Amino acid sequence: MADAPVEALSLNAITKRFGELTANDAVGFSVDKGEVVALLGENGAGKTTLMNILFGQYTADSGTVAVFGKTLPPGNSRAALDAGVGMVHQHFSLAENLTVQENITLGVRSLFSLRSGRATARAKIIDLSKKFHLVVSPDARVASLTVGERQRVEILKALYRDVRILILDEPTAVLTPQETDDLFATLRLAIESGLSIIFISHKLHEVMAIADRVVVLRHGKMIGGARTQDTDKHALAAMMMGTEATAPQVEPINPGPALLELQDVTTPNIGTAPGLKSVSLALRAGQIIGLAGVSGNGQAAMADVVGGLRSPSSGYVALNGTRIQKWNPRTAVQSGIARIPEDRHKTGTISDFDLTENAILERYKTAAFSTSGWLNWRKSRAFAQSIIDKYDVRCPGADTPIRLLSGGNMQKLILGRVLEADPQIILANQPVRGLDIGAVNYVHGQLLAARDRGAAVLLISEDLDEVMALSDVIHVIAGGRLSPAFGRAEMTPAQLGTWMAGQGFDEVVTHAS
Amino acid sequence: MRLEPIKNPSLARNLLPPALALGATVVIASLLAMAAGANPFSVFGLILRGAFGSQFALLETLNRATPLIFTGLAAAVAFRAKFWNIGAEAQLYAGALLTVMLGTGVLPWPSIALLPTLVVFSILAGAFVLLIPALLKTRFGVDEVVTTLLFNFIFLLFISMLLEGPLKDPMGMGWPKSARLIDEARLPRLVDGLRLHWGFALAILSAFVIWIIQTRSTLGYEMRAVGLNKQAAAFAGIPVNLVLVKTALLSGGLAALAGFSEVAGVKASLTLDLSPGFGYTGIIVAMLALLHPLGVVVAALFVAGIFVGADSMSRAAGVPTYLADIMLAAALLLMVLAIMLTRFRVVRD
Repeated sequence: MADAPVEALSLNAITKRFGELTANDAVGFSVDKGEVVALLGENGAGKTTLMNILFGQYTADSGTVAVFGKTLPPGNSRAALDAGVGMVHQHFSLAENLTVQENITLGVRSLFSLRSGRATARAKIIDLSKKFHLVVSPDARVASLTVGERQRVEILKALYRDVRILILDEPTAVLTPQETDDLFATLRLAIESGLSIIFISHKLHEVMAIADRVVVLRHGKMIGGARTQDTDKHALAAMMMGTEATAPQVEPINPGPALLELQDVTTPNIGTAPGLKSVSLALRAGQIIGLAGVSGNGQAAMADVVGGLRSPSSGYVALNGTRIQKWNPRTAVQSGIARIPEDRHKTGTISDFDLTENAILERYKTAAFSTSGWLNWRKSRAFAQSIIDKYDVRCPGADTPIRLLSGGNMQKLILGRVLEADPQIILANQPVRGLDIGAVNYVHGQLLAARDRGAAVLLISEDLDEVMALSDVIHVIAGGRLSPAFGRAEMTPAQLGTWMAGQGFDEVVTHAS
Repeated sequence: MRLEPIKNPSLARNLLPPALALGATVVIASLLAMAAGANPFSVFGLILRGAFGSQFALLETLNRATPLIFTGLAAAVAFRAKFWNIGAEAQLYAGALLTVMLGTGVLPWPSIALLPTLVVFSILAGAFVLLIPALLKTRFGVDEVVTTLLFNFIFLLFISMLLEGPLKDPMGMGWPKSARLIDEARLPRLVDGLRLHWGFALAILSAFVIWIIQTRSTLGYEMRAVGLNKQAAAFAGIPVNLVLVKTALLSGGLAALAGFSEVAGVKASLTLDLSPGFGYTGIIVAMLALLHPLGVVVAALFVAGIFVGADSMSRAAGVPTYLADIMLAAALLLMVLAIMLTRFRVVRD
């Protein structure tokens, strides 16, 4: 390319805070005309917040957005659209009962014009779909389209509005490999015609395949950027997960007997995320097992099996050496499994319940809190109060609705709820996501203390720092398959990164595709 | 414009919108009364006097409130668990059906044995009618709004068939009407000489029982948990589908008691006009009561008062009784809006 690059978009030192959480910390990068920049980061890294600021949905606390050198007014979605920024969201915004053409022209056509200009619109749509290989009939109803076709409609919608910068949020999450190839072909045509593209993803091989440059976000901070030709998947995985060498915080102790065992467990896929594929794992007393991996690689299935929400479709779960017959959340709790769920707002607590009602949620039927169908509120309240005191839950009182608490205090209540039952096995799924540093240390301290008194801990996390700092043993999960165990001495970020990228399994298991 | 949730609404935030909703209802009704050529003040005076102004009026209102308390409780119980039972009408007729099937002489028992039997079988009948939509929902994910609503029509036609056939009173001169209950199957009056039957006492008692179940029992706790957040309830080990089925059984049973109480307390026989939409009005009652079981009693008295008062107002002032329907509809819509405004504030962009 002989021409000097033209800067299409620049984000300058964008900072956005939500209460105690800094979602974006002085993030800045630019996109040139005709360039694909991948925005890489785990869930909660701040990608979505950044795009919402770019689109004027949120107002940044500081920093500016400029399109082709013109600064956009903050908090104005219209201005972003007028400047030629278009976005294809992960969840499509199409009217199912309208045709493709109607969806594309929706909102562009004047409401008061009598002439619909349907023929011109149609010609333009057909023209665009030919030019960019977006095969879809303008007259088809959206309800009858596949997910891949709907995405094409979304992209056509953006192109129809003459966007100059196209943002794609996890576009491949819903696509088959073939559709992904088609999408990439379309994107290459778009670049040739001078569009700039921001490609949000956490799939490394796709990023390597389509992007010119990669920007990595972690915990709201911009960790780094690199040209794809100068980097590789492992380096990106390491960057995304974090590799700051954190000294192990714990002395190794000899693990005890296996308390919970998974033997050749296989589960069905959950949506687009893979289920477990013949996974065997033993949780031993006095040991923290870390499960590392890029999100959406079978962690949810693993958490569901250990937590009692899902039974294996083949293989089995054994508790203290005995194969389990009946497996549901209640039997899991009764078996002494403490479950810290991934989403404390939606799964871990009931927002409109107060602290007392949330504290007894898993064990309201036990003799501690009820007799023959009648709740003992006095004992329940005393239990909630004891958690509040012992785990330092900052709140106005046990009768406060839990939605009024900060994430950290909510998590402390969940910790107290499960740890007060003196569990033998602890399932901690993303236990510190979105928490401030004080709460993070507290939660980690509690997990280590539980391990030291002989509990078996399974720590599922997308944060490699966290996994490496706490675990005695690490497994990597990728595509629903589990890597061999890595002891404390054997694990290096580079090595784990290779496994997280899906390599290494080939030596153990025959290659699937 | 968009809505922004209010995290911790103040007392004024909680009370002002509902008060304004009631005020606005009165204004709308006044405008309509004026349009009908009447003085709104005298119209409201007449409604109040017609509903509560004399012993006769008051007892009439309490009688009218009785089935509404039952159907209101049925809706309140189900809605609390986010089970949308729109079929109280069908369940009411199921209760009435069992009452005339067993209460017209098949069981020649004294009242002390017969009435409790009728209560139990009415409850079972209503519960059974709602069990079908509940299982369709929990097993196959069929929307219960549709099934319970459509069941109303199916069941009413079923009753109509029975009244034209096997249940038809041979002495009824050809009317589609069941035989009369035997005296032992009639609910006695609460106080001798006053037109108020024991069904009212049963309704009040039911409200208290439901209140205690909701606040003190594990079942009530489960129903609230399922209503507020199914995902978290399931994660914690609450058997969500079982709770929904139990909720449906309870709700159906309550609605059926309305049918029992109307037949055994008032009408003595089953006809197709047993209920002037008590099942549907129960939904309004439950919403106005914010789903609180004791609030249902108050809301049922309010709604019954408007209906009874509007009847006598209509005779005196010449304003059509439809005013009562409009007042209730306006009160319901405005109350729904008011409830939203207690939890959200409107922000202008």
